[in-house]
Amino acid sequence: MLILLAAHLVAAVLAPMLVRVLGPRAFYLLAAAPLAAFGWAVTHREGEWIHPWVPDLGLSLAFRVDTLSWLLMLLVGGVGALVLAYCARYFAPGTPGLGRFAAVFVGFAGAMLGLVASDDLLLMYVFWELTTVFSYLLIGHSGTARPNRRAALQALIVTTAGGLAMLVGIVILGRHAGGYRWSQVAAALPDGPVLTVAVVLILCGALSKSAIFPVSFWLPAAMAAPTPVSAYLHAAAMVKAGVFLVAGFAPMIAVAGGPAASVWRFLAVGLGLVTMLVGGWAALFQDDLKLLLAYGTVSQLGLLTAVLGFGTAGTALAGVAMLLAHALFKAALFLVVGIVDKTTGTRDLRRLQGLGRRAPVLATIAVAAAASMAGLPPAIGFVGKEAVFGALLGAGAAGWVTLAGVVAGSMLTVAYTARFLWGAFATKSVTVGSADTASVRARESVLGPRDHPAQDNHGVGDNRSPGNGGGPGDGAGPGAGSGTSSPALKGGGVEGGPARDAAGSLREAGVVPVVAVTPTVPAPAGSLLVAPAVLAFAGVLAGCLAGVVEGVLSPYHRGFEDAGGVAHLALWHGLGVPLALSLLALAGGLALFRWLPAWKAGPGLGGGVYERVMTGMDRLAVEVTGATQRGSLPFYLAVILVVLIATAGPALVAGWPGRTEFRLWDTPLHLVPVAVSIVAAVFAVPARRRLTAVILVGVTGYANAGVFLLHGAPDLALTQFLVETVTLVMVVLVLRRLPSHFSQRPGPWRRRVRVGIGVAVGTVMAGAGFLAMSARQALPVSVAYPEMAVPYGGGHNIVNVILVDIRAWDTMGEVAVLVAVATGVASLIFRQAQRLSRRGPVESPSEPPRDEPVWLMAGHTVEAGRRSTMLEVVTRLLFHVIVLLSVYLLFTGHDTPGGGFTGGLVAGLALIVRYLAGGRYELAAAAPVDAGAVLGAGLLIAVGSGAAALVAGGQVLQSAVLDLHLPVVGDLHLVTSTVFDIGVYLIVVGLVLDVLRSLGAEVDRHALARSADHDVEQGTEHERRPQEELV
Amino acid sequence: MRPSIVLLVAVGVLFAAGTTLLLERTLTRVLLGVMLLGNGANLLVLAAAEPGSPPIVGTADQAEMTDPLPQAMILTAIVITLGMTAFLLALAYRSWRLSGHDEVQDDAEDRRVRELAERDEGSDAEDLDTDEAETAEVRT
Repeated sequence: MLILLAAHLVAAVLAPMLVRVLGPRAFYLLAAAPLAAFGWAVTHREGEWIHPWVPDLGLSLAFRVDTLSWLLMLLVGGVGALVLAYCARYFAPGTPGLGRFAAVFVGFAGAMLGLVASDDLLLMYVFWELTTVFSYLLIGHSGTARPNRRAALQALIVTTAGGLAMLVGIVILGRHAGGYRWSQVAAALPDGPVLTVAVVLILCGALSKSAIFPVSFWLPAAMAAPTPVSAYLHAAAMVKAGVFLVAGFAPMIAVAGGPAASVWRFLAVGLGLVTMLVGGWAALFQDDLKLLLAYGTVSQLGLLTAVLGFGTAGTALAGVAMLLAHALFKAALFLVVGIVDKTTGTRDLRRLQGLGRRAPVLATIAVAAAASMAGLPPAIGFVGKEAVFGALLGAGAAGWVTLAGVVAGSMLTVAYTARFLWGAFATKSVTVGSADTASVRARESVLGPRDHPAQDNHGVGDNRSPGNGGGPGDGAGPGAGSGTSSPALKGGGVEGGPARDAAGSLREAGVVPVVAVTPTVPAPAGSLLVAPAVLAFAGVLAGCLAGVVEGVLSPYHRGFEDAGGVAHLALWHGLGVPLALSLLALAGGLALFRWLPAWKAGPGLGGGVYERVMTGMDRLAVEVTGATQRGSLPFYLAVILVVLIATAGPALVAGWPGRTEFRLWDTPLHLVPVAVSIVAAVFAVPARRRLTAVILVGVTGYANAGVFLLHGAPDLALTQFLVETVTLVMVVLVLRRLPSHFSQRPGPWRRRVRVGIGVAVGTVMAGAGFLAMSARQALPVSVAYPEMAVPYGGGHNIVNVILVDIRAWDTMGEVAVLVAVATGVASLIFRQAQRLSRRGPVESPSEPPRDEPVWLMAGHTVEAGRRSTMLEVVTRLLFHVIVLLSVYLLFTGHDTPGGGFTGGLVAGLALIVRYLAGGRYELAAAAPVDAGAVLGAGLLIAVGSGAAALVAGGQVLQSAVLDLHLPVVGDLHLVTSTVFDIGVYLIVVGLVLDVLRSLGAEVDRHALARSADHDVEQGTEHERRPQEELV
Repeated sequence: MRPSIVLLVAVGVLFAAGTTLLLERTLTRVLLGVMLLGNGANLLVLAAAEPGSPPIVGTADQAEMTDPLPQAMILTAIVITLGMTAFLLALAYRSWRLSGHDEVQDDAEDRRVRELAERDEGSDAEDLDTDEAETAEVRT
């Protein structure tokens, strides 16, 4: 079994290549895969093949062949092979997308095979959805046409929705049974409402797959697919999956009984009958032959569901016989339509004319298949329908009700069958003329169909027909070849058509040109006829061998325990009620076709409901999206914060300890920085000037540094102090370009909401902190750090040891963030990749003048009015001292407050001072390197020092202590983690340098460019800068 | 441990002020809000350690030392906040250069959806609108 599936898979994968090499002839090769399945099925009537797949989930590749799946395997393989062979001639060489089509088609055949053969319900579900997806791809084969895409999407949505419901049903049953094998599920069905729910859910999947009312609409729309797809998927294979599921569950449900069985029967039979009637009625009004068959398929699927869902042994046998019959005749008829379409270029039965005469073989095939559809002997369709009648007759009141529906549906079936044959093959006098003329023609046509040269149809009321084609027996009439069927069909076909058409054709007189099948239209190629011929005559053969068919299929219906309503498959049941009903259906159907009122608009199949549901979903999505996804950052943040308040707030109140211990302050000195911080923060909120707000926020930072110092954290105080200074400089660098005041404040109402949320968040955070600290009982993890710091980390400053050793990975991540941030800032400011070169130093445009003292290398480039000699002198004196201090902090940081971060920040401050005193050229002179290079070097050193430990046999970032005694210098205490800290140092320097080059130097250039531009606009003689410089 | 009320009050005020600024539309205010939140968070972490003498081996008795771990975390946080600040500043500056202000605008696409919702219309999602499908067919 796995080999068969693999064969399909291989064929599907190879298909595009084969099609490219061989053209459409590749389909002959590809047909080997389903043919192999067919051949395998012929030799394997039953058996089990189980391979473990995902044992933890209870999934296994379990396959089982019993009568039902065997029958479907024969159909899937046989029809698949025939349709593929048909494709080889149907598609012209060079059809676009043929390779993909072939691959998907064969893939579908494999999935369908897996579906019917799998014993594990979950496995079956996988194949089930695979068929859905393949079907989607096949319907939407010509994806460039929007209706095709719509049809494909519609089929996908409807069947997937049903499939998901079914999955839930399967899981309910599988969980209860403790396994997903058919046998396990059947042995341990739940009882009561659980079973009812599961049954309804599974029916949802089955009914949606088989296009049962109220979701029938997708199947006619799916006719957008190429005809071979319709013949295979939408007649023989995929739509049968739902029926297959119904047939598979029916015996279990019937045995289980109870309310679930009632619900099952009510739904399956009721909806099935409604589908049969509605679909059949709609089919009567179709002018497109393919659509006619599609609605007919809907109707037949309704019949199959009703009969198989009825749940007695008799209906079961009759149902599977009908299933076989339907697959054979409907696939054949679709293939016939494909040939008609290919030969004449149309499928519109109003335009087809006299095709039966030109293509007698094709007509014969069609009639043989149609006889089975209409339930005429000796086809299997007749045998099946008789069996249905017989089985329902013996099944009590429910049987009688069902019987009435089935008989009515059969009448419709006969009527649309007649319409199909008449429409496709008859020689009709149609589309023009008054009702009187039409009736004259109708009378004439009884005498014998005539040839219709095209011009004949344009003369209104023109009764003179050139020549009489001959008698009814010359093979051109719709009844040609139907010698075995009732002569009434012929009469009805010829007579009823024109009369009914004439009444409704007045308003479209002359609109629809008739394709007269003249000798210029070639007769269909013989080899195309093979596939439909085999299918059609298989149907007749099966009918003739009804006894054999019963013998083969009977194991299935033995699964039912009831004795009543047993039917037999036979061509001749004797003169009984079933035969009478068959005759009634035939007569009623022909009468219906003859006197059908000429309503042009048939009933819909609920497609409008689908449209409305989809539109409603879309509207709902728009409303929900519009309500929740406001696109407003403050709104999103407010939602997040309100959730924080709403969840953490009540939790805090609920979990508040009865007695709490606290202290007002650690030291009263805390009051000073805290008070400063609070006042600054409170006043920063309503500040209207940018600078005011920035400075107030800066004050909170400095106040924090004070708290840190009092708390015993000199490292933090130092870092905070430096960071706050660098931040202040950065912010002011940008603020000089931004408007001095904030833009308009929001209204008071919004402001109050913001403050409200802010206060609530502050309260929650403080409360959470209080609770967390009160609840703290365990010792801190860092309790052993002081002992470990010196022997393992080689340093006395525990905070620094943590940063570069114990938790060095954190620091590694952090410096990576810094590199990313620096790069991001540069990208945002420089905007264009080539200008990123300005991250590097820029050459000073002129030499320093010789006649004045030079304090700074580029001091002369600053405008005279902005120069400050005092600043230049101080910078000159301090710069090197600051740099030296930064290096000192870097190297002593391991033992005393300091380290890479603080060192780097100090060095950055030194650069800031140079920039502030001498401008961007001075910055270039102070740091004649590319900021990116500094960042890269830092990262390289940091990572490299970590990796070096790995090379030396330790762990990543492990440090080692080296104590060297150097003459003159003295003892050198070297810890390898210092190298890591050097990397950190360089990265921080690089960050500050990058920020200065971006927010400082480049922003300077922007300002210069803008003022230069401004001057040009005012008519001064400044050289205009290239436009791209301005942005 | 016994929490210090003064520190927690400072934490609460910093968080309240920071959150209020965070909810503004002006990027500069958002930036200031982030900085205040950062300061508040740093204080909160600091409050988790008992105060004591600096955690430098040899300068004090180990029992008197304050917990070094929160300090290492705060130190990392301070430097990260510096990076955040630089990045937000660059964003604000760029926004100002491109649009003349540093306000965070509503997302245009989201606003379009909102307008659709207010007009009670559906989306123009492909393959849903029948009329359009027909016109497309005519066109091709």
